[in-house]
Amino acid sequence: MSSGEAAAAPEGAAPSLAKAAAEDAYTPSARRLERERFKRARARRATAVAACSTLITGAVLFVAVVNSPGWPRTRETFLSGHYAREALPKVLDGLWLNLRLLAVCGAAVLVLGLLIAVARTLRGPVFFPLRALATAYTDFFRGLPLVICLLMVVFGVPALRLQGVTTDPVLLGGTALVLTYSAYVAEVFRAGIESVHPSQRAAARSLGLSARQTLRHVILPQAVRRVVPPLLNDLVSLQKDTGLVSIAGAVDAVYAAQILASKSFNYTPYVVAGLIFVALTIPMTRFTDWVTARTDRRRAQGGIV
Amino acid sequence: MSDVTDANPAGSTGTRPVLRMEAVRKTFGGTVVLRDVDLEVAPHTVTALIGASGSGKSTLLRCANLLEEIDDGAILLDGEDITDPRVDPDAVRRRIGVVFQAYNLFPHMTVLDNITLAPRRVHGVARAEAEERARELLDRLGLGGKAGEYPDRLSGGQQQRVAIVRALAGRPRLLLLDEITAALDPELVGEVLGVVRDLKEDGMTMVLATHEMGFARDVADQVCFLDGGVVLERGTPAEVFGAPRQERTRKFLRRIVEAGRL
Repeated sequence: MSSGEAAAAPEGAAPSLAKAAAEDAYTPSARRLERERFKRARARRATAVAACSTLITGAVLFVAVVNSPGWPRTRETFLSGHYAREALPKVLDGLWLNLRLLAVCGAAVLVLGLLIAVARTLRGPVFFPLRALATAYTDFFRGLPLVICLLMVVFGVPALRLQGVTTDPVLLGGTALVLTYSAYVAEVFRAGIESVHPSQRAAARSLGLSARQTLRHVILPQAVRRVVPPLLNDLVSLQKDTGLVSIAGAVDAVYAAQILASKSFNYTPYVVAGLIFVALTIPMTRFTDWVTARTDRRRAQGGIV
Repeated sequence: MSDVTDANPAGSTGTRPVLRMEAVRKTFGGTVVLRDVDLEVAPHTVTALIGASGSGKSTLLRCANLLEEIDDGAILLDGEDITDPRVDPDAVRRRIGVVFQAYNLFPHMTVLDNITLAPRRVHGVARAEAEERARELLDRLGLGGKAGEYPDRLSGGQQQRVAIVRALAGRPRLLLLDEITAALDPELVGEVLGVVRDLKEDGMTMVLATHEMGFARDVADQVCFLDGGVVLERGTPAEVFGAPRQERTRKFLRRIVEAGRL
């Protein structure tokens, strides 16, 4: 057999600096030490400038808002400590519904989105109706504003008075969310499927794999990995849009805030609900950033596609 | 590597060609890529396709594996017309191994999974058995320690050898090699060509498109010079390289010699 081991990729190519120094008795030169001193000083300066500019910007904004003519009134209406304390437990109660909706709708959206994306990539005359249906579906529900979709489903379906069809606003609201988000997520999946290089398909087919096996074992695993960051982005978006089921009358965090606000004519409960949503999405957003960075790093290391 | 070619079907007696092309024509849009191509590949022989880029070498191989549909003519594998639309192309591809210029390994699978995917999913071999054979082949190609690695952790030469193992795992009747050293750094070419030499020793029937003229001269039983989609000249390496009859062949070989590739 030909010898290939000489050509093996260099393993553990980056020994630590300390180790390298020990091996070849390296002492940093005066030039290097001077440059590093300069870089440290420059970094300290940059940090100081950033801190000052942040403080000044914050102070200016604070002064401008606090000195506005309507500030005392606004603070009382939107930022009342009393109403915030009263609203928090009720809003948190409502939030439980949002979280359940996110879990169930998120799972349904991923499954339905993937099915629609696959349907759109099927070749062959047999699949024409399926392909056309999937295309029409994504075109329609991506264009339809979510609020209108919600109103149609939540008030339209019960108006039909069908036997055995639910009139539960939570179920109907969730259905509307799934309808809209599946269209978005299907397009994300489709972009992933189409980003897999045709040579991968050629390699799989040349091994004798059928079109379906190629999709299942070769194309989809690579496609799904690539679209994880945009998918998480859509899930963040879904998380806050679960608040829209309040317009159907389901008592979620937003509707709980609305009930309190309309009783007291104070909008603080809305602010509380809003801040809770923000607090929930931040970890998810950071997680998305982390996954994206990791994917980019992997790609930078070089794969073959 | 004695059992690499042990899948020869019962009907492969005598000198009936493994692969036979009859007046094959292939066009892309208005461009004729293959024109009246005839080719015969006898069992246990190596056929080298040479010619400039765009002369139709790769297209010929893709047609033989049914990755492209031909416009006219016929391609026969062990006497069976595989270009008949009633033939199941997946069943044909199972009998042919292909190695690509860019390796085309599956980046999301380990080396072992790359190799055992087709045996398990297509040929219905049990996982343990498929893995055992994969490890045997890896050992023979000097890749014993790499079964659990992902392709992007391997050098180009190692990836291409894995691709060869993957093509062999289905015990193909015929191996098609499409410029398999063209993407490799020069110092890695030898290790891959060495594998091809060993396969020839074992009696594997192969068709290879190549720019490595020295290698084609050493290893091939038959050399075909393609030019503009036509097999302009064919014969033993001695005939084609030593005494080319066509002016275009002489010109092509002169350019190769000038480039230091022969």
